Amino acid sequence: MHFTINGQPHQAEVDIRTTLLDLLREHLSLTGSKKGCDHGQCGACTVLVNGRRINSCLTLAVMHQDDEIVTIEGLGTPEKLHPLQAAFVKHDGFQCGYCTPGQICSAVGMLDEVEKGWPSHVSATLDDPDFTDDEIRERMSGNLCRCSAYPNIVDAIREVADAKQPAQAEAAE
Amino acid sequence: MKLFDYAKADSAEAAVREGADRDTKFIAGGTNLLDLMKLQVETPARLVDISRLPLNDIEEIEGGGVRIGALVPNSDLAADPIIRERYEVLSRALLAGASGQLRNKASTGGNLLQRTRCYYFYETAARCNKRVPGSGCDAQEGFNRILAILGTSEHCIATHPSDMAVAMRALDATIVTLGSDGERRRIPIGDFYRLPGDTPDVENVLRVGELITHVELPPAPAGRQTYRKVRDRASYAFALVSVAGIVAIEDGKISSAQLAFGGLGPMPWRDSAVENALIGRAPSDALFGEAADLLLRDAKGFGSNDFKIPLTRRTLIATLRELTA
Ligand SMILES: Cc1cc2nc3c(=O)[nH]c(=O)nc-3n(C[C@H](O)[C@H](O)[C@H](O)COP(=O)(O)OP(=O)(O)OC[C@H]3O[C@@H](n4cnc5c(N)ncnc54)[C@H](O)[C@@H]3O)c2cc1C
Ligand code: SF4
Ligand code: FES
Ligand code: FES
Repeated sequence: MHFTINGQPHQAEVDIRTTLLDLLREHLSLTGSKKGCDHGQCGACTVLVNGRRINSCLTLAVMHQDDEIVTIEGLGTPEKLHPLQAAFVKHDGFQCGYCTPGQICSAVGMLDEVEKGWPSHVSATLDDPDFTDDEIRERMSGNLCRCSAYPNIVDAIREVADAKQPAQAEAAE
Repeated sequence: MKLFDYAKADSAEAAVREGADRDTKFIAGGTNLLDLMKLQVETPARLVDISRLPLNDIEEIEGGGVRIGALVPNSDLAADPIIRERYEVLSRALLAGASGQLRNKASTGGNLLQRTRCYYFYETAARCNKRVPGSGCDAQEGFNRILAILGTSEHCIATHPSDMAVAMRALDATIVTLGSDGERRRIPIGDFYRLPGDTPDVENVLRVGELITHVELPPAPAGRQTYRKVRDRASYAFALVSVAGIVAIEDGKISSAQLAFGGLGPMPWRDSAVENALIGRAPSDALFGEAADLLLRDAKGFGSNDFKIPLTRRTLIATLRELTA
């Protein structure tokens, strides 16, 4: 099978049952994406497929041969961190770090959804909702953190979101 | 996971040609099917990948309704401008379900066909008539907190877990299919799901290999719309009880009411007696209580889900207050 991951072509010979997560971790040594539950319940395996966040444990690798897949390894490097990676470090957005790659990939996808104007369950109006901290909490509820670093995760995401969209930041205040 | 053959379909016609046998399953988002295949609750011999079929559009249709492709992801449906503006109850129900990641993958067709979350259905060491017909039902004497109080049978007390389908039931959606013989069917959602009776493994009227291609919504109904979901945590949890409500008022009286319920039965639940009791009457707590009594007249708890009876009553009253305030 052929894949495009973090802009690079990859080839692997894998069992048809292989999930996208197992392909990344077991066959391509991209172990940044984590396996928490393997059933869509924790978000540790979150990656971006064609720019959208999904749970890589609940999809088959074979179904994603024509897609652009981005994992935590493709977002930044130790020398040049992605703004969300830098913000997680600055705000102490983790303890053990197990959920962090999933949190960051999810936040990247989530901020893109906000930019598109997508509403959420807590939006007072479906039209052009304000991006409050409650919105961050609701939209990130698919990513669990056993260390409960949640307050700092919200702070990290808030900082990056405000830098991205100063106008929205004011509206939310 | 059991080994399976895999084929990818590039048209609906090809999919039904490939899919026409009992051991074959379509796979769309895969978020329910793969979950169940990992546990060997589902063991298809063949998967037909329908995820790239061109059934991705949301379009207005003649007469003022909307046609939704079976592969439209739940996220896109919730965020669609027409759905947000005219079918708020549907956007709200979708946004109350699962997580951002799951909604990005979950499809309209797959959501309608997701299977119950009954713990014993998931646990292959337990007895479950839905998973293994005739084996028994461990839920009735077990942990049944999340299970049904309406429409149950002695063979199964499972609930249908979808939020989206509850809103579609309130909206009187029609499910459009393509059969393996090429026949197109239009099935009102009220006729789509089946009560468990003595065959809880049969959950709907789809035939072997029949593909859902679209869901159609009639023109947006008059009145206010809301979706109220009560669950064990504030987000990322299935409904204990939910209500999709659409209510219109004219001259101080309720002129129309469309109410569907999640978490209560084996299908999105709707009861015309409840709606008829409201129509033509002025909103009041006494009236809402009457409606709740009607809805729950045949309700039956199984121990740990007894609390759903008073919870449903309160949730319906709160929803009707909100819609008529
Ligand atoms: C952790 C978790 C939490 C969740 N929480 C919620 C929640 O709160 N509320 C809620 O409503 N849902 C919830 N879900 C369920 C989720 O909504 C469903 O898994 C999803 O909608 C299924 O869609 P899919 O496209 O992934 O289906 P698939 O898994 O691909 O398919 C499901 C079934 O439908 C069949 N199928 C799919 N498409 C078609 C078609 N077009 N024609 C014929 N057959 C078809 C498949 O053969 C399969 O049997 C949750 C799921 C998880 C994992
Ligand atoms: S309630 Fe239905 S799904 Fe649950 S164990 Fe009983 S038969 Fe199976
Ligand atoms: S490992 Fe995928 S959601 Fe938990
Ligand atoms: S930092 Fe440990 S699980 Fe989140």
